[in-house]
Amino acid sequence: MRVLVAMSGGVDSSVAAALLVEAGEEVVGATMKLWGGPSDTGCCSVADVDDARRVAQQLGIANHVFNFSEEFGRHVVEPYVSDHAKGRTPNPCIECNRHLKFDRLLARADLLGFDAVATGHHARVTGGPDGSWLLRRGVDPAKDQSYVLHMLTQPQLARVRLPVGELMKTEVRQMASDLGLRTAAKPDSQDVCFISRVGGREEFLGKRIAMRPGRIVDGAGEEIGQVSAVQLVTVGQRRRLGKLPAGDRRFVVKVDIAGATVTVGPLADLLVSEIAVADPVWVDSPPGAGEALEVQVSAHGSPVRATWSPEGTVVLAAPIRRVAPGQSVVLYRGDAVIGGGAAV
Amino acid sequence: MLAYLDHAASGPLHPAAAEAMLPWLTERFGNPSGVHQVARAARAAVDEARDAIAELVGVDPGGITFTSGGTEADNLAILGSLAARPGPVVVSAVEHPAVIEAALASGQEVRVAPVDSDGLIDLDALRLLLDPSVTVVSVQLANHETGVIQPLGLVARRVRRLAPRATLHTDAVQAAAWLDLAEVAADADLISISGHKLGGPQGSGALAWRGRPALRAILHGGGQERELRSGTHNVAGIVGLAAAALVAKSERAAASARVGARRDQLASHFRTSVPDAVETARGVPRTPGHLHLRLPGVESEALLVLLDEAGVCASAGAACASGAMEPSPVLLAMGVPKDEALSSLRLTLGPSTTAAEIDLAAVAVPAAVARLRGV
Repeated sequence: MRVLVAMSGGVDSSVAAALLVEAGEEVVGATMKLWGGPSDTGCCSVADVDDARRVAQQLGIANHVFNFSEEFGRHVVEPYVSDHAKGRTPNPCIECNRHLKFDRLLARADLLGFDAVATGHHARVTGGPDGSWLLRRGVDPAKDQSYVLHMLTQPQLARVRLPVGELMKTEVRQMASDLGLRTAAKPDSQDVCFISRVGGREEFLGKRIAMRPGRIVDGAGEEIGQVSAVQLVTVGQRRRLGKLPAGDRRFVVKVDIAGATVTVGPLADLLVSEIAVADPVWVDSPPGAGEALEVQVSAHGSPVRATWSPEGTVVLAAPIRRVAPGQSVVLYRGDAVIGGGAAV
Repeated sequence: MLAYLDHAASGPLHPAAAEAMLPWLTERFGNPSGVHQVARAARAAVDEARDAIAELVGVDPGGITFTSGGTEADNLAILGSLAARPGPVVVSAVEHPAVIEAALASGQEVRVAPVDSDGLIDLDALRLLLDPSVTVVSVQLANHETGVIQPLGLVARRVRRLAPRATLHTDAVQAAAWLDLAEVAADADLISISGHKLGGPQGSGALAWRGRPALRAILHGGGQERELRSGTHNVAGIVGLAAAALVAKSERAAASARVGARRDQLASHFRTSVPDAVETARGVPRTPGHLHLRLPGVESEALLVLLDEAGVCASAGAACASGAMEPSPVLLAMGVPKDEALSSLRLTLGPSTTAAEIDLAAVAVPAAVARLRGV
C-alpha cells in the first residue's frame, strides 16, 4: 500500500512513518507548510521541516514540503480571529484537521496515487462489526487525540492510518530512541502552533482585531470590575479578571462582545445540564435518542455521561461547567467517537 | 532511467573540470597568498584561471574577483558599488533574489523597472527611472526561470545617456553557458557568473569588471582578491571554474544548437500532448536550455512529485527556506496571475542532456498532467 505520512517534525509522526516502513508499506513523507508568520513550532518553522526531512532520510523515504499556507490562513487562522471577535473560543487544531490534514492533504494524496494518509495522532481506526469504520481512542489515555479527529467521516476513515494510536507515548519515544531518530526527545507541541509563545494570543489577536475594553458585572448586573479586552475572555475563566471585590470564587459565565460586558458568578451559575451543539457531524450514523453515551468537551477533559437529543442538544447526566461557545463537544460510545460539533 | 532537467538549478561537473580540480583536492594544496614554492604553485593556478575567466567574459586579464558563487558576486556588485557610491539603485523586476534582496538590504532607494508579459524589460519605463543621481543599474542577461534574454545593449544605451555616473551590472549566471559574454555583456561594467551553472563546481563564481568601477569589499579580512574580497582562495573551485569556462567557450556554439533543438522538440511535443499548456515567453530570445510552461489547473507541487516518481527531475517557481513552493516573483512581475504562477513547470536542459532524457520527459509530463487533471 502507498501511504503518505504527514510529518510535522515531531516524535509521533516520525514514529508513525517508521512503523509504516517497518510494516513494509510504500511510504512517502509530506510536511505541510501552514504558516508564514513567526511561531515557535509546529507550523513549518524551518527547524521542524529539517527534523521531518532528517527523519525521512534516516528511514530511507522521500519527503516533500507542501505549501498549504493559503488554505491554512483561510480555514484556520481567519476563523480563529473572527471567532474571537465574536466572543467564541475556537479550536484551531480541529479546523486544521478538518480542512488541511484530512481534506487538502487527503485530496493531494489521492491525486498523487496514495492509498492512504497517515498522521501521528493518538487514536485508532478499526473496522466495526457492520463493516463500517470506528474511530476509537488511542491506547494511551493521557495522550488520546480522538477528540480532535471527531469530524472524520467514513470515506475519510477508510483512507486514514493512525499507527501510533496503538502505542503508549513512552513506547513511541522508546521506539524513536531505539531507531536513533533525532525527534525522540523532542517536547510535545503545546498551544496554538501559529501563535508564538513570547507574544501570545493577546498580541496575535491584538494585531488583527480592535480589542474592546469591557465591564465585569455580577449576576445582578452590577459593575464590579473592568477587563482590557473582552475578546480575550473565555466562559469558565476564573483568573486574569483584574481586581474584583473580595468574596466567593467567581467564574465568567457569559461574554457579550457587542455590549462589552463580561458576566461573572459563582460556580453554581456556570453549571449547565444541557449543551446545544451546532452542525454536528457523525462518524457514522447519529446516536439513538436516549442512548447512554459519554461526552467530552475539551481536548484532554474527562468524559461524562450524557444522552443525545436529536434537536441538537447534549443532555448531561449530571451538571458540568458551561462549555465556551465554539469549543467542540464530542460524543463517545465506549471508546468510539460518534461525532460532535461546536458548542453554541 | 532518470531525466535530469534542472540544469538551471545545478548541472553536472564537466569531466575536464573534475580532472583539473582533482590535484587541488588531493596532492596539491597551499595558500596562494604565501611566499614559498607550494604557495607559488597555487598562486599560479589561480592566476591562470583568472586569465581564462577574463577571456571568457571579455574583460582585461586582471578584471576578475573570485567569489563563492553567483550570489556573492551579485551581492558584491550591488552592495560593493553602493558602499563606494551611495545612491539610488535601479533593478529589473525579474532579477534573481541575490540582486533584489541585496538592493533592498542596502538601505538605498530601490527603483524597480517593470517587464512586459514576456518578461522583457520595459525600456520606456526604465528611462523614467534613470537620472544622474542613480549609481547602480542591475539588469540580468538571462532569467533564471524563463531563460528570457534581456536586451542589455539597449539598456546600456539608456543608462549611459540618462545615468552617466551609474555602474551597470549584469547577472550573467544563467547566460554564461550559452552566450558569448564578451559580445552580449560588452556594455556592462560588472558581470556575475557562477561555476555550477556552466559545468564547473558549486561554491565557485566570479565578478568580472571592466575598467575600474567604484567598488568596495563587502567581505572584510586579508583582502586576498584585490582588496575586493577576503578569504583564502578556493583553489580547486577556481581551477574548476576556469576549466569549465574553457570547455563552455569552445563547445558553446555546438551545444547551443543541439540543446536548443532538443528543447524545441520537447516544446513542440507538448503543444500536441498538452495543448492548453502555455509556453512562457515563446517567441522572444531565450537561452537554448530553458523551457518554462504554465499548465492550467495543475499544481506545481503535485506535478513535481509525480514527475520525480517518474524519474524526471524538474522544478517550478521559487521555494522558501523550508522548501515550500511560493508563487514565482518573476511570473508575478510578468503579470501572470498567482494561480497560474503556481501551475508552473520549469524544465532546463544542459549540454549533457540526452535524447533519451527528452523522450522520457515527453512521455512523463503529459501523463502526470493528465493524472492530476483526473483524465
